Amino acid sequence: MTDPVALLLRRAGFGPTATELAAARRAGYAATLSALLAPVGPDVGATSAPLPDLPLDPYAGQRDPTPEQKIAFERRREKETDEITRWWVDRMTVASHQAVEKLVFFWHGHWATSIKKVRSPQLMMVQHRTFREAPDFAALARRMVIDPALVLYLDGHRNTAQAPNENLARELFELFVLGIGQYTEQDVKEAGRALTGWRYSLAEERSIFDPSAHDSGRKTILGTTRYFDASSLIELLLQQEACPRFIATRLWFRYASSTRPIPKALLAKMVEAFPVPTAMLRVMFEDDAFLATDGELVKQPIEWFVGAMRQLGLRPATLPDDTRSELLKILEDLGQLPFAPPNVGGWRAGTSWLTSAAAQTRLRLAGKLAERAVIDRLTPESLAYLLCLDGWSNRTYAVLRDASADPRRLLTLGLVSPEYLVT
Amino acid sequence: MDILTRRRFLLASGVVGAGALAAGAGALGLAELLKTASGGTSDASARKLVLVTLYGGNDGLNTVVPFADPAYHSARPELAYAPEEVLHLDDTLGLNPMLTGLKKLWDDKRLAIVLGVGYPRPDRSHFRSMDIWQTASPVNPVQTGWVGRWLDGTSAPPEAAVSFEPVLPPMLAGETRAGSCVSPSGLSLPNGITPEMLAALGQPEDGEPTPRARAASAYTDLLHVEHLIREAEKTPRDPAAGPELELLTTGTGRTSSLSTQLALVARCVEAGVPTRVYSVSLDGFDTHADERAGHESLLKRLDDALSGFVNRMSRTEAGRQVTVLVYSEFGRRVRANASDGTDHGTAAPVFVLGPRVAGGFYGEQPSLTDLDDGDLKANLDLRTVIGTMLHSVLDVDPGQYLDGFRTDPLPLLPAV
Repeated sequence: MTDPVALLLRRAGFGPTATELAAARRAGYAATLSALLAPVGPDVGATSAPLPDLPLDPYAGQRDPTPEQKIAFERRREKETDEITRWWVDRMTVASHQAVEKLVFFWHGHWATSIKKVRSPQLMMVQHRTFREAPDFAALARRMVIDPALVLYLDGHRNTAQAPNENLARELFELFVLGIGQYTEQDVKEAGRALTGWRYSLAEERSIFDPSAHDSGRKTILGTTRYFDASSLIELLLQQEACPRFIATRLWFRYASSTRPIPKALLAKMVEAFPVPTAMLRVMFEDDAFLATDGELVKQPIEWFVGAMRQLGLRPATLPDDTRSELLKILEDLGQLPFAPPNVGGWRAGTSWLTSAAAQTRLRLAGKLAERAVIDRLTPESLAYLLCLDGWSNRTYAVLRDASADPRRLLTLGLVSPEYLVT
Repeated sequence: MDILTRRRFLLASGVVGAGALAAGAGALGLAELLKTASGGTSDASARKLVLVTLYGGNDGLNTVVPFADPAYHSARPELAYAPEEVLHLDDTLGLNPMLTGLKKLWDDKRLAIVLGVGYPRPDRSHFRSMDIWQTASPVNPVQTGWVGRWLDGTSAPPEAAVSFEPVLPPMLAGETRAGSCVSPSGLSLPNGITPEMLAALGQPEDGEPTPRARAASAYTDLLHVEHLIREAEKTPRDPAAGPELELLTTGTGRTSSLSTQLALVARCVEAGVPTRVYSVSLDGFDTHADERAGHESLLKRLDDALSGFVNRMSRTEAGRQVTVLVYSEFGRRVRANASDGTDHGTAAPVFVLGPRVAGGFYGEQPSLTDLDDGDLKANLDLRTVIGTMLHSVLDVDPGQYLDGFRTDPLPLLPAV
């Protein structure tokens, strides 16, 4: 028996606590949806995890660092990378405005940029703030096209009039704004020319335009000929019919079903609500088609991990340093460490998270979480309540019942149960 | 696990039927296990591929040394090997002096060196370049590795591709299937969790949504592959295989040594485990500073592990079906840096070795003077090398798994 409110909370955020779910059930579906997408007042939970304020990147203004300096600089970058990763996972866990946090993570996966290539935690945080601040997709796209981390990640700094590099242009069309099949190779080439001249600056933590590297000639893109530059290019893309459709499809893919296509009627309604993502999500969550996707999404490792931390009353910031590092290391082994997506295509989805290798790693992580949790008594029934599940299958119930003498063992099994891995 | 536990575990995980258990699971031979496990598909004569990934970017120019080229010596005076130091392969190229075992394989015509392998628009990020190699997709980023796509396309069983690394390499991840990870030190489960519990959790239930059923069967797959490998370890060894390879599984690190990983591969191959692709690795090739000593020590380990493995493989029929591919995400810059090391580069040689290999050079050594911004220009697309493996080891049409990339396979694995 599906509980719509529980499904909504699981999908819109990282995983509700039993208390949150009980309160939401009392409030009803409509009120819960409003509270998620248009939360009133400041995020009380998040006040204990404010955005980290990093000093300038050590390489900023350094033309030719010595080998010794480089070693020190790399060390600092590693330390700060660790710091922002810890912070973000903690923030996801403690934030009261769960849907807001989840949407930030969605955008991170959409404009997938990895610190493993960017290297600078400062630039990653510039991008991260953009995800939080941009009021809608159009505003976001305008900032992202010259976002320094994205420019660096996709070799925009190597894209000059003299030696064009199409990397950023291609992904802008295919992965970020329009979707595959909505343009020609010639469009990509011409858009690459429009984007020439931008390079990142570590000292200023933004992208800088160098007119001498810009190709100021006329370009023909998607049938329009103009003296395109980054700004007019992104406006052109935002005007394409394919754009709102693509964004609606991506939201459906991550929030509703990664296997079933979005129904046409819902797609049309979401396109109407473009470009405000929360308005698009509201339309989706209000649709019966959404409720029909129960059991179709495989939890991403970060959803599974953060949800479990919340339900067990744990938070990364209060764990001992070595425990927290160990947990994040295992999360990385599962293939989803924030700030480090596998490539520009973003995170995997669906059953590709459910490999036997991941099963082994997840067991390890579940065991560690169960060790930290404060629990005294647990039954299969109270475990379902704690993990906000509608119930257990006969199979899982039998396993849990036989293991119920030891609450930690019971908890570990619940966390790795097929029921808990899918939503 | 004691025998009684094992019996219950085997029964519960569906690895063997009750009939086999009645005969005594403890005495059950691997052959029977394989038969029941994989529906009788076990075929010792099937060709097998061992992928050796060198993480960090191996310095190709100091591995296969262009000793006769003055440009080599002037670009890296402190790092270059003198002509008399290297193990000559012909008048211009020689192996690093540490690679004595590989030199013997070269002399026996069992080592092929594919020169100047890379991909268009090289990326100097370790992360991105390794992603390109493992997905074999230089232009479009994709979420599946090339072995993973092969698993998908052939509906392969979970034991078809096995990694002895702590984390599944992206190469082995498909859309609907993935390779299995087996730890050399054994399956470790959290306190109180037994294989029986996992086996029970691994049974899909009628009417369950597909993703949930998949989540369940991942546990069955895990136990099944784990069991196959452990049985292979216990199988009495064929005396023809020669002396045992080093098998140190007590290391404290996350990753076990390359020779340990290869020793496990050897046992699995000899025991007839129906795995077609094995993935192993060696890390530490990011030699930005004081390269020579560090690089030599890595090459020595590589040489010992590889030559020991290939020699052992050549002694048994199953072993003679094995081909090894050795690659790294990129080579290093031609010119040394100020710290007696080298920075991230581009094209590099790839090794293919094994009893079936027709040894010799393939491809062309890139010029040391006609450079692309200080880096070698690749002469051969990595998809040609990977396509050759798909074609000549895994017996499939490479284009199907390389997004339509068309190439003639290199003739380094002639049909017998």
